[in-house]
Amino acid sequence: MAAHPGGLTAVASSGTVRSAVGSSSGTAPATGAGNAVSVRNLIRSFGPKGVLNGVDLDIAPGEFVALLGPSGCGKSTLLRALAGLDHDVRGSGVISVPERVSVVFQDSRLLPWDSVLGNVTLGLREHDADSRARKALAEVGLAGREKSWPHELSGGEQQRVALARSLVREPQLLLADEPFGALDALTRIKMHGLLQDLVAAHRPAVLLVTHDVDEAIALADRIVVLDSGRVATVRTVTPEISTAVDAAGHEALRRDLLADLGVVGTSH
Amino acid sequence: MSAAPVLERPAVEPHLDPALAAREDVRPTGRRLGPGRRRRLAWLLGPSVLLGLWTVSSATGLLDPRILSEPWTVVATAGELIADGRLQENLAISAQRAGLGLFFGIVVGAVLALLAGLSRVGEALIDGPVQIKRAIPGLALIPLLILWFGIDETMKVLTITLGVFVPIYLQTHAGLRGIDLRYVELAQTVGLSRAAFIRKVVLPGALPGFFLGLRFAVTGAWVSLVVVEQINATSGIGYMMELARTYGQTNIIVLGLAVYGILGLLSDGAVRFLERKALSWQRTLAG
Repeated sequence: MAAHPGGLTAVASSGTVRSAVGSSSGTAPATGAGNAVSVRNLIRSFGPKGVLNGVDLDIAPGEFVALLGPSGCGKSTLLRALAGLDHDVRGSGVISVPERVSVVFQDSRLLPWDSVLGNVTLGLREHDADSRARKALAEVGLAGREKSWPHELSGGEQQRVALARSLVREPQLLLADEPFGALDALTRIKMHGLLQDLVAAHRPAVLLVTHDVDEAIALADRIVVLDSGRVATVRTVTPEISTAVDAAGHEALRRDLLADLGVVGTSH
Repeated sequence: MSAAPVLERPAVEPHLDPALAAREDVRPTGRRLGPGRRRRLAWLLGPSVLLGLWTVSSATGLLDPRILSEPWTVVATAGELIADGRLQENLAISAQRAGLGLFFGIVVGAVLALLAGLSRVGEALIDGPVQIKRAIPGLALIPLLILWFGIDETMKVLTITLGVFVPIYLQTHAGLRGIDLRYVELAQTVGLSRAAFIRKVVLPGALPGFFLGLRFAVTGAWVSLVVVEQINATSGIGYMMELARTYGQTNIIVLGLAVYGILGLLSDGAVRFLERKALSWQRTLAG
């Protein structure tokens, strides 16, 4: 029933009901019906300090949501809660996620002792894992690098392997925690294009955690701004605005988001 | 052409492609802080210098043969002992003891490290006793082992095993504990089973620590061997040396030392070779 296997030293986070959408047990909360992700009244705290103070969030199947916020606002905590990676964190609330969830981290997190292909097939049980992994690597433009060690690749290439590893599982939900944060500006722009192509091809629901307003506008259908552990604002991005920097409304949206984040007087 | 800062020596070897080898290759070369490329058989240099010093001191009479036999006497002694079969016989017995002790020690150390590294209960049960064992000099256990097992092979192999398993355990356990938690999270997000997690993440991640432990263990096995063979033994290289001491045969003692030295050097080289093969994914100064 639980969507996530327990960790090495799993301590159940108290009070949280976690369920997989589409499971037949019928305990999935009614609020999550039709959505890929449904989060209700999520509370998480480290020690006495509350990090998430009652977050509600829905993500439709195939929807791309960017989670924006200043450092320490709880956006990574929310993503880790959705990924089931917060065993030792106290809290409560209701989380419902699909069965197949993939996570892309800020670091590519490739096992240094396994080849590129081995990293992509990690955890795949299907007999055609290798051929599917080769296909995924070709999709991210790394055909022919299957036998390389991770350290032989550039930072951008390593992150592309991480994307291939996520997508080879055909996730219904892709969680990405500042996946391009460690890349240089040019590589980041190329990766934006690649991610858009991959998402268009595989149609997972996406939750992208970022602190980059322009990245959020370029990629997301909807931008959720988190502040002090609560959803502060939600802004919709129309396709016209996201595709062109000089489109009407682009600059206004950018200014609004910066204001949401408490950055005022930025002129460029 | 303006004068660019150019070093006099060629920076790199000529290119393998003859067409490129003929081309001009002028480049500024900075100081290199790493130790540079590996050279084959470079490890032989240090031992060769020692051997050279020994030979020269003996030949010039600087070294009294009663203190330390000349290298050629030791070689001649080796020839005699090989001819009458004593050296091979004792060497085979010694190697068997060290090999068995090493084998059991590696198995025990690695299994204990896995148990302690993978479960909190295992760690609570195992780590304390091993640390206590580590604090007791291995050779101080010999009297007790003799009382329990007598002076036969069991006691000897057990002494070596007890000396070997500690470094294997310590380093493998440290390697396990040092595995980055980020990889554990990754294993969870890709849905690895526990068995696959151990096979894909834990074992490869602990391998560098295991090999470090193995190098300590191999050296430790020879050390323990020397001691057990000089107490109540009736065969082995240590016994051969102990007997030679009674008759004042420096040449046989030195030969025994040389055999131990060569065995130690060879086994360490073998472990390092295995280590390089198994850890080829690592990028370090060792190269």
